[in-house]
Amino acid sequence: MNNIIVGKAFVLGDNIDTDQIIPAEHLVYSLTDPEERKKYGHYAFSGVPPAEAGLPVGNTAFIEGEKTESEFSIIIGGTNFGCGSSREHAPFALKEAGAQVILAESYARIFYRNSVDGGFIIPFEATEKLNDKIKTGDKIKVNIDDCKIINETSGESFSLRPLGDVLPIIEAGGLFEYARKADMIKK
Amino acid sequence: MGMTITEKIFAKASGKDKVIPGESVWLDVDVLLTHDVCGPPTIGIWENEFGKEAKIWDKDKLVIFPDHYIFTKNHHANRNIEILREFAKKHDLPNYYDVGTDRYKGVCHIALAEEGFNLPGTVLFGTDSHTCTSGAFGMFATGVGNTDAAFILGTGKIWEKVPESMKFIFNGEMPEYLTAKDLILQILGDITTDGATYRSMEFDGEAVYSLDMWERMTLCNMAIEGGGMNGIIAADKITEEFVKARSNKPYEIFKSDSDAVYHSVREYDVSKLAPVVAKPHSPDNRASIDEVKNSKITKCYIGSCTGGKITDFRFAAPIFYGREAKVPTFIVPGSTDVDRQLNTEMYKDKTLKEVFADAGCIIAESSCAACLGGPADTIGRSEDGDYVVSTTNRNFPGRMGSKNAGVYLASAKTVAASAVSGVLADPREFI
Repeated sequence: MNNIIVGKAFVLGDNIDTDQIIPAEHLVYSLTDPEERKKYGHYAFSGVPPAEAGLPVGNTAFIEGEKTESEFSIIIGGTNFGCGSSREHAPFALKEAGAQVILAESYARIFYRNSVDGGFIIPFEATEKLNDKIKTGDKIKVNIDDCKIINETSGESFSLRPLGDVLPIIEAGGLFEYARKADMIKK
Repeated sequence: MGMTITEKIFAKASGKDKVIPGESVWLDVDVLLTHDVCGPPTIGIWENEFGKEAKIWDKDKLVIFPDHYIFTKNHHANRNIEILREFAKKHDLPNYYDVGTDRYKGVCHIALAEEGFNLPGTVLFGTDSHTCTSGAFGMFATGVGNTDAAFILGTGKIWEKVPESMKFIFNGEMPEYLTAKDLILQILGDITTDGATYRSMEFDGEAVYSLDMWERMTLCNMAIEGGGMNGIIAADKITEEFVKARSNKPYEIFKSDSDAVYHSVREYDVSKLAPVVAKPHSPDNRASIDEVKNSKITKCYIGSCTGGKITDFRFAAPIFYGREAKVPTFIVPGSTDVDRQLNTEMYKDKTLKEVFADAGCIIAESSCAACLGGPADTIGRSEDGDYVVSTTNRNFPGRMGSKNAGVYLASAKTVAASAVSGVLADPREFI
């Protein structure tokens, strides 16, 4: 696992539900076919109302035009990120789009589990509200070992809560890899 | 120190005498549920991780209901059903309910109850957030994603954190205008959409035990809208009667100890509650019907795991009887059993289906349909500028189709009153 992640921030509001992350009509594509799965990257965050996409200004596309990857790899959310349906396609879509980490105050349970157990993206809990302090496009450096974020654009730094129980699963790269290491399933 | 029902089920399923909220345990799973949206990717992960010769941990415990995208020309959606069909055939699955056959059921959470898979004291995991619906049977039921489901498919086990429990007590006698949907919307307005995150929501009180199983399911169904891990109601005589009519499998009834520890306890007197709605764009955006009546609407929708049960249509029929729907109104029976009941159950001189048809409603086949938008050709899907009043469970932007539409969540009585009024309306004026 890479312990330092650096990238541009994409900032969203509170209660970003899974229909905003990947609208239900797109859940029909294969998650294994190498070409088809790119559609998930293309449609990531396509359900966010434009005025609320890329705060504080808004009207910022997460994915430009026909692209399947985003220029933003650090997602900044608020409270209850990933609420709503159980679709694992949501953290999958963010990974396909090139996002590596989410920094939010809190997460909905199923989204959090899916992010961790699927090994798609790291859902860090911030110790304070970040989506009114970080701006879309800011350059963010996340230090996983120290649970610290530095906003290299503004010079501010923030703390993250330790990953706790789920750290070994994240470090292993997902639930299956973790279970193999722990001899719970065959290697 | 005593334990709650949920803690007792966790202890039993993890082989422990006692569990404490916050600890992570491995649970033995009694039933795994999946459907056409999350089944194919779950199968993909399972085959990839356990190999092509992988064995399902217990075929009798896997239940697959295709229900989400059924009546569509969408090639990719139909391909997903084909994948399920092939998988069921290859593994000779006893509990696959295929589209286009007499076995087709419709919405998985309703079908689970109808087919006798819900048993007190058991553990159900499903690849759908509304799996919590089954908690109405005094069992632990919760949603997971594809990776967790694939892990269960191969091992029969999954890790889970023991949740703290919140208790919601409803006292008093249910007024005729009030339904379980009003009760859960009332709670959501109080606790908000993350008020129960990672917690169990336990429902109790004489008003809850006065409800039939379908209405209890509505209450538990929307626990996830408060972020809850599960909703749960201790099993009683009504539960046992329902279960015994549909299953001969053993079950165990757990009740919370009087000295069990709760995160919080809230009490309500149902005789003082008014019908409520959740305004766009969040299930916690509660308003009493008095605050919003006469608001503009363009569509009405009665359906889904939340509001497409026989009880919901019984609530709606007397209001539609002899009246006309003034906006396009969609009737989507939650299951094929519900559909059949609409053809046989009478209100006065008409079957329920005749009541709806004579009122000008559009009656669709059983499936999840427009509750979650679905492919472009899904019946009832919301369009730009729509204001929908719906018995479904979520009204986040774009949930029922267009992200430039608004959805009011309400009971079947409020939806019916609104449909025949052409504006948001108070069901008390029709009862």
